[in-house]
Amino acid sequence: MSMGEPNAVHPPAIEDPRKRAMLLAALYIAQEQNGWLKPEAIQRVAKRLELSEGEVKSTASFYTMFRLAPRGRYHIQVCEGLSCYLVDGAETIIAHVARRLKIRSGETTPDGRFSLEVVQCLAACDLAPALKVNDELYGHMTTGTIDALLEKLHQS
Amino acid sequence: MSALTNTESLESLRVAVQERLDDRRAGQATILVGMGTCGIAAGASEVAAAIRSELDKRKLEAQVIGVGCIGMCAREPLVDFQLPGRPRVTYANVKADVVPRLIEEHFVGGQVVTKLALAQMTADGIAPEQELATYQDLPFYKKQLRIAMRNCGMINPESIDEYIAADGYRGLAKALTGMEPDGVIEEMKDSGLRGRGGAGFMTGVKWEFCRRARGTPKYVICNADEGDPGAFMDRSILEGDPHAVLEGMTIAGYAIGAQEGYIYCRAEYPLAIERLKKAIGQAHEYGLMGKNILGTDFSFDLRVKEGAGAFVCGEETALIASIEGKRGEPRPRPPFPAVSGLWNKPSNVNNVKSYSLTPQIILHGADWFKGIGTETSTGTAVFALTGKIKNTGLIEVPMGITLREIIYDVGGGIPKKKQFKAVQTGGPLGGCLPESALDTPVDFDSLTRAGATMGSGGMIVVDQDTCMVEFARYFLTFASAESCGKCVPCRIGGQRLLEVLTRIAEGSGRMEDLDEIGYISTQMQQASLCALGQLTPGPVMASLRFFREEYEAHINEHFCQAGVCKGMFQYEIDQVKCPGCGLCLKVCTVDAISGEKKKPHQINPVNCIQCGACYDVCNLGAIHVRHKESLPVEAEPVAE
Repeated sequence: MSMGEPNAVHPPAIEDPRKRAMLLAALYIAQEQNGWLKPEAIQRVAKRLELSEGEVKSTASFYTMFRLAPRGRYHIQVCEGLSCYLVDGAETIIAHVARRLKIRSGETTPDGRFSLEVVQCLAACDLAPALKVNDELYGHMTTGTIDALLEKLHQS
Repeated sequence: MSALTNTESLESLRVAVQERLDDRRAGQATILVGMGTCGIAAGASEVAAAIRSELDKRKLEAQVIGVGCIGMCAREPLVDFQLPGRPRVTYANVKADVVPRLIEEHFVGGQVVTKLALAQMTADGIAPEQELATYQDLPFYKKQLRIAMRNCGMINPESIDEYIAADGYRGLAKALTGMEPDGVIEEMKDSGLRGRGGAGFMTGVKWEFCRRARGTPKYVICNADEGDPGAFMDRSILEGDPHAVLEGMTIAGYAIGAQEGYIYCRAEYPLAIERLKKAIGQAHEYGLMGKNILGTDFSFDLRVKEGAGAFVCGEETALIASIEGKRGEPRPRPPFPAVSGLWNKPSNVNNVKSYSLTPQIILHGADWFKGIGTETSTGTAVFALTGKIKNTGLIEVPMGITLREIIYDVGGGIPKKKQFKAVQTGGPLGGCLPESALDTPVDFDSLTRAGATMGSGGMIVVDQDTCMVEFARYFLTFASAESCGKCVPCRIGGQRLLEVLTRIAEGSGRMEDLDEIGYISTQMQQASLCALGQLTPGPVMASLRFFREEYEAHINEHFCQAGVCKGMFQYEIDQVKCPGCGLCLKVCTVDAISGEKKKPHQINPVNCIQCGACYDVCNLGAIHVRHKESLPVEAEPVAE
């Protein structure tokens, strides 16, 4: 338990009557602090909700949106959903980003700036092929627009 | 705003808001920008900013508002100009750089920029613009009928007033003040509404089960965990008309005797979640949610629960486990949630579209709803059209319309003069249908009989360039990766099926594999715990049934006629058709193409890596897929 940030987790007070039901919301909040769920964060959530650490970790590991390892400052999620796949874009896009950043899906660049993840449908089928950088969605990607985007992120 | 305490005050508010909106339309110009996820991603925010700054620069007065998705996602960003006393005119694919021109010519000059305009919405007493199509003229809209999506793209989704002006909360008022809960259930049963999540169970009957079930409290749950690849119907409704979902859920709460409800929404839909929360806040403020709604003794409250990325949570028992803060794993049914759901209490789970249809059914009556669609599938169906189709986007059509009408009339057919091959309905757990099934009416029973399913509304069209083995393998990869792993048939069966399909796609399949597919599929269908496992083999079974010859060609001839599976075909240039334009030569990165200008070119199969760049770039269809030369070719080359 990190003593530096007491009560760092504040599950919304108005939430559900039962503590367990707050778990997902609490994990989101905990994740926000470091960008991923540090073991200490899991401990804090467990203590707060009166659950075992194992129980919390088991639940967190079930859902793809909880990160049990750190990610880059710019987390790039490339969609391999159906439409992105059908427009013959997904594979090219994934390969191109991987080549440019010299990392594979699930990895982070050594400088911690970029991480890459191949994900299922981002629900932007009309914009296929699509990718997301943190919470920002980009559509109709080509190798050219990827280069421009990475360049922009490199400089910011 | 003080809370509305009775139906009359809702009614007078509605009249007042309508008048205010009419006045605004009469006196002030309004510019509406499509701000659904599709619009925003296409650059709607920049366009809206450009409009505001242009108006400021010229010191012009206009209301600029964001609306939800109107369905033409392929044409976003969409901008509508509504000048006083003039029809609403829609401009498509608007970029920030044309904004000054639109403002100058249309807004100031009053002249429609016909070159950029898409269509107009006419209204009574307003003269239509000359030489501009109306929405009803557009093939995309002609065969549509919008009930679940009636407000999407039409009203500002963040304004409860605009929803109320569009008959919002009148259904709720009618139910609360004029109908007994049993009467509401009877009306829903009589309407014939079947659950729009995919299974098609009668909504009214489900509500009745829940009402009759013993135990309190009871819960109303909205399944907004839309996860099918190629599906975004629910997202658009949540973003474009969140109050309709709230109103439907509140009516359901009244009918089954619940005071609390949850909307379980996919975390990938942040805009939908934000708008839902805002809408709930507004409903509270207006006394349309919370204690003593509209002055009656009925109280109801809703919370939004965010998912965390697990496809299986779309299954109702898994969804309930996830709301409880547990791993989203399904459990055996019965007991059904209607009897024992959230915290083991009676719970009613319906899809977003089922709830958004509910207020209209209550308001206009079961007979009105029954009059639309077919006898056993009443009302309308919402589809997200994607894949190899011209008008990708969101549509709502009466049940009973044929697949052919949807694909060719509404969808505009297949782009680039390609041949239709198959349409997949029901997403990764549905099935595909071939050309011969295109006259199948779109309703729950006909689609199931034909070999596909209604599903929740994904409709994916593929053309001649799609390999059906690979297509089935794609869905199988998705479904087996999303298996939660709790039950063996789904966890292991999916993997085994995937191995078989991969083998076939890679050219090392055997004829016995086709029987193996049938065997594993049957086991999965019969023994899996939930619909995910039971339906995972669906796409494979359907494609094997309708496109068996493609499977056999992969196995026996090592040939992929669609030119997808690497190493199982080669490209050839038609020496008669090729005019020697040199386009293919230019795009080839491995120097496999040679030929003199204005003379037919050739492909050297030794160098060719089958990347398909030449095939895609040839506008004349002069490049063909054929059997590999190194193999003995007995069968006729593929028909064109």
